[in-house]
Parts: sequence; C-alpha cells; structure tokens
Amino acid sequence: MTIMLERGARQGGQGRQGALPRLLAGGRKLGEHRATYGQIPLRRFSGEDGRRMLVRAITDAGLRGRGGAGFPTGRKMANVAAGAKRPVVIANGCESEPASRKDKMLMACAPHLVLDGAVLAAHAVGADRVYLCVERGTSIADRLERELAQRDDPVKWKLVRVPRRYVSSEESALVHLINDGDGRPLAAPPRPFEKGVGGRPTLVDNVETLAHVALIAAYGPGWFREVGTRNDPGSTLVTVGGAVARPNVYEIAPGMRLGEVLDAAGGAVEPIGAVLVGGYFGTWVPMPDGWGLPLTHDRTGPLGTSLGAGGIVALPAESCGLAETARVVRYLAEESAQQCGPCMFGLPAIATDLAAVAYGRCDPATRQRLSRRIAQVTRRGACRHPDGATRLATSALAAFAGDLETHMDGWTCTGVSRDPILPLPDRRHRDRGWK
Amino acid sequence: MSAPNPEGLRLQVDMIKCVGHASCLELLPERVSLDEWGYPVIETDPLPQHLVAHARRAVAACPTLALRLDGKLARVR
Ligand SMILES: Cc1cc2nc3c(=O)[nH]c(=O)nc-3n(C[C@H](O)[C@H](O)[C@H](O)COP(=O)(O)O)c2cc1C
Ligand code: SF4
Ligand code: SF4
Repeated sequence: MTIMLERGARQGGQGRQGALPRLLAGGRKLGEHRATYGQIPLRRFSGEDGRRMLVRAITDAGLRGRGGAGFPTGRKMANVAAGAKRPVVIANGCESEPASRKDKMLMACAPHLVLDGAVLAAHAVGADRVYLCVERGTSIADRLERELAQRDDPVKWKLVRVPRRYVSSEESALVHLINDGDGRPLAAPPRPFEKGVGGRPTLVDNVETLAHVALIAAYGPGWFREVGTRNDPGSTLVTVGGAVARPNVYEIAPGMRLGEVLDAAGGAVEPIGAVLVGGYFGTWVPMPDGWGLPLTHDRTGPLGTSLGAGGIVALPAESCGLAETARVVRYLAEESAQQCGPCMFGLPAIATDLAAVAYGRCDPATRQRLSRRIAQVTRRGACRHPDGATRLATSALAAFAGDLETHMDGWTCTGVSRDPILPLPDRRHRDRGWK
Repeated sequence: MSAPNPEGLRLQVDMIKCVGHASCLELLPERVSLDEWGYPVIETDPLPQHLVAHARRAVAACPTLALRLDGKLARVR
C-alpha cells in the first residue's frame, strides 16, 4: 500500500509554496521515524511553563481537528487543561466513515508520528494516560500494540478495540465505552472535555490531528502555516474515491480547489455529475460548476461544503445521486444508536422517502414530507449523527434537483440500475451490538 | 413577547432519556410541540420570565427526568 502524495500542492489565494508530504515522510518503523524526526521534544516543553508554551504553539499554528468538525485544537487543549482533575487523552483512530481511509493509512505508514503526537498532547494538558481507540476486527490494533511495546513513553497506554459502528467513534461514545463498556453516545452535558473518562476532563483528538501536533512541536507554528489558508493552515489528508483514475489517500493543502484535488487523483475516468465532499456527513457538489470550489474545514459554497474528515467521492454523471444518497442514508439510519426518538424513527423515515424519490414512486406530497422530516430531525439527537445524515439528504435534494423533477414526473433514470459508487462496509464487517 | 428571564434560563431536553411521554406539552404548550413520532420539539431560547415557573413544573413532572432548566446551551452546533 503506498500513499500518493501531492508535492508542493498549490494553495488557494495564498501563493505560498510548502513541501508536501509532511505527515507521511518518516517511515513506519520506530528507528526510521526517529532518524527523520528525532526524539519527542518534551524537554523543550518541560514544566508548567513548557506545557503552556506547547498549548500556545498549537493555538498559534491554527491547527483544527481532522476528525470532522474542524474545531481549533489549541482551544480544546486549553479547556481540558483548565479542569480541576487530572485529564485523560483519547486518540480517535476509529475512522468509522466508509468513504475515508486516511486514518488507517496514517496509522499504517506513520504510527509513531501519531503516538508522539498523543504523548505531546497528553503532556500539554497534563494527562498521564492515553487511550488509543481503533476499530476492532482489523489488523491495525495488533500492529499498534507491537509498535507500542517498543516505545518508552511517560504515559500509560491503553489500546481500546471499538465496536464497528458508525456512531461508536463519536467522542462521548468512546468515553461511554471506556467507562462502562457501552459504545453508544451519551447526552450532553457533561461534554467529554468537562467530564469524560473516569469523570476526568478528556481530550478527544483525531489521530491525524495528533500527528500534526507532533510536527508543530518539532518545527513550530510558523512552519505549520507555510501551507494552507489563514483560517485553515497546515496540510490535510483526504481520501479520494469514485470515478477517478487513482483513488487513494492524498495529502493536500486546504484552499486547494475541488477540481485540482480530482486531478491530483489522476482526474475523472468518465464525466462527473457531482462530487461528495466530507464523507457521509458531507455535501454533494454539482459538477462541473463546483470545480473551482476551495476546500477547507470552513463551510463554503451554496450548500455549506466543508472538508470534514476528508472523504471525497466523484460520482459519474450516469449514476443516480438520489439513489446513492438513499442507500447511504438507509445505512446511517441502521447505524443509529436507537436512543433518541427523532434519530430512531426519523432517519429510517427519511431513508424511505428518499428511496421513494429515487425509484420513481414520488409525488409532491412525499417530496414535501421529506423536507418536513429533514427539518424535524436536524439537531434533535443527543449526538450529531442525525445532523450529518440530514445534511447529506438536504444537499442531495439541492444538487440533484433536476433529476428530482424527472423522477417526480414518474421517470426513473437508468442511473438507478448502475452499481453503487459510494462504499458501504460489508455486513460481515459490521457489529450489531455495542459492547 | 415579554422580556427573557434575567438568568437566561433555557428549557432543554436529554433526548436519550426522553420517552415521548408528552406531559411537558401539557404543562408548557408555549414552548413545546410534538414531532410526528410524538417526541417534544422544544424551543431552547431563554424563557420569558412569566414562563419560568411553568417550565420548572414541566421539569419536575417529566417521568424520566429528561428536562432541565439551564443557562448554558448543552451543545453549540
Ligand atoms: C456519529 C459520529 C461519528 C464520528 N466518528 C469519528 C471517527 O471515526 N473518527 C474521528 O476522529 N472523529 C469522529 N467523530 C468526531 C468525534 O466526535 C470528535 O469530534 C473528534 O474525534 C475530535 O477530534 P478532532 O478535534 O481532532 O477532530 C464522529 C462524530 C460523530 C457525530
Ligand atoms: S442521535 Fe442517534 S446516534 Fe446519536 S445518541 Fe441519539 S440515537 Fe444515538
Ligand atoms: S415529559 Fe419528559 S419524557 Fe415526556 S416528552 Fe417531555 S421530556 Fe420527553
């Protein structure tokens, strides 16, 4: 497995050149990794002042979470460090998103960069314990366990094998799993940063975010900002799939245009009708209009497109975006933790309406009910799972509005009989329970 | 519209605990409606002062203790 890298990717609007790759330059073995990056720079950040300096460096770098929401990492660290009890760190490497494999790739190619970052993050907030969370049933957990055994870190590591469920990697679900062995999300308050593992303030960071923490500690905020945009600096990993010549994980600079990202992946292999950006909590962007859309962790464009966790899928013009969306929303409905009424009942209802729309059993009443249901479910769950699903549904109705009209007239396109493009996990690789 | 209460109290629901029993709708129809599955849709902006006492009654009456009166939004999204 190799990583395809965009060297010196152009940055939107900034004109600055920085050398990429950054995250994947150092090798997978501990020796290779140390030869490239040296020891963890804990000495430079020793003591209370050192910790504060480190949080400051992450804040100044402008690093934002790579797990989906794009929240400023330095601010989260400061919140966690300000708690009364000794904090805990969770490194989130579950990557339950089927359209993404950048975290798995990163953990396979540069595991020690992630682990160094977790050690540094623990130091920054004053934690003595790191829970490394990965999906169970993959070889990653075993490999990481072997790598951990070779290291001598000032933290206690605990590898957690998480059920293969879309919502079990949500931060409160990880806290719940570690505390009580139940991988379902919890209601807020309290949020994990206030009261998480063992009632302690808990820093939950995506594994890619942590790898950037390691690089910022080594090279400084100024270096980090040499690529990317002002609001969204640094490089970021994206998983490009669908109808492109070289589907793979790429390291790009935020601000790069959607069309350039597709070109970096070898370009389209057939005419593209739309591109899904931001995985299954993301938005459809109609093509070719969306070619010039700059991709960052901020919402841009008419549909509020953002990179999210970096899953990008190019859909051929011949495929049916409505049918694809109906199928994924059905999957998301099945993955609900079935704890909150609007999520438990609303998501299946929305999936059924979407299927009706896609497969030509649509009338104006169904269409109206669908919009009403989307509005009814959004923001009504304990976690953001329903919000992600409704964002996807809403963007499909807008991006495929033309197709929708055709379907409303009782026609279905030939697209519905094409093989699906959006990936879903095999049933055998999906857990049913939450333990 | 009367003035919001000085503490900025908001009525919020823990959707995991809520079982759609709907006694909150009876006690506070001004701020609660039901969705098509019978779960409460609650207006979370700070309550007007004259509704605070009603809201406290709704909080106390919820059989699963799913309701809460709080100055802070549970989740900023
Ligand atoms: C349903 C759901 C699933 C999630 N799955 C993941 C995941 O697989 N990996 C991840 O890093 N974050 C995931 N998140 C986001 C986490 O809750 C959390 O925000 C993130 O790990 C924080 O890390 P970051 O600040 O570095 O992005 C998920 C969120 C939701 C609502
Ligand atoms: S919103 Fe859905 S996934 Fe999230 S906790 Fe509630 S039932 Fe579970
Ligand atoms: S009274 Fe409580 S359980 Fe019943 S609908 Fe209202 S919040 Fe939910």
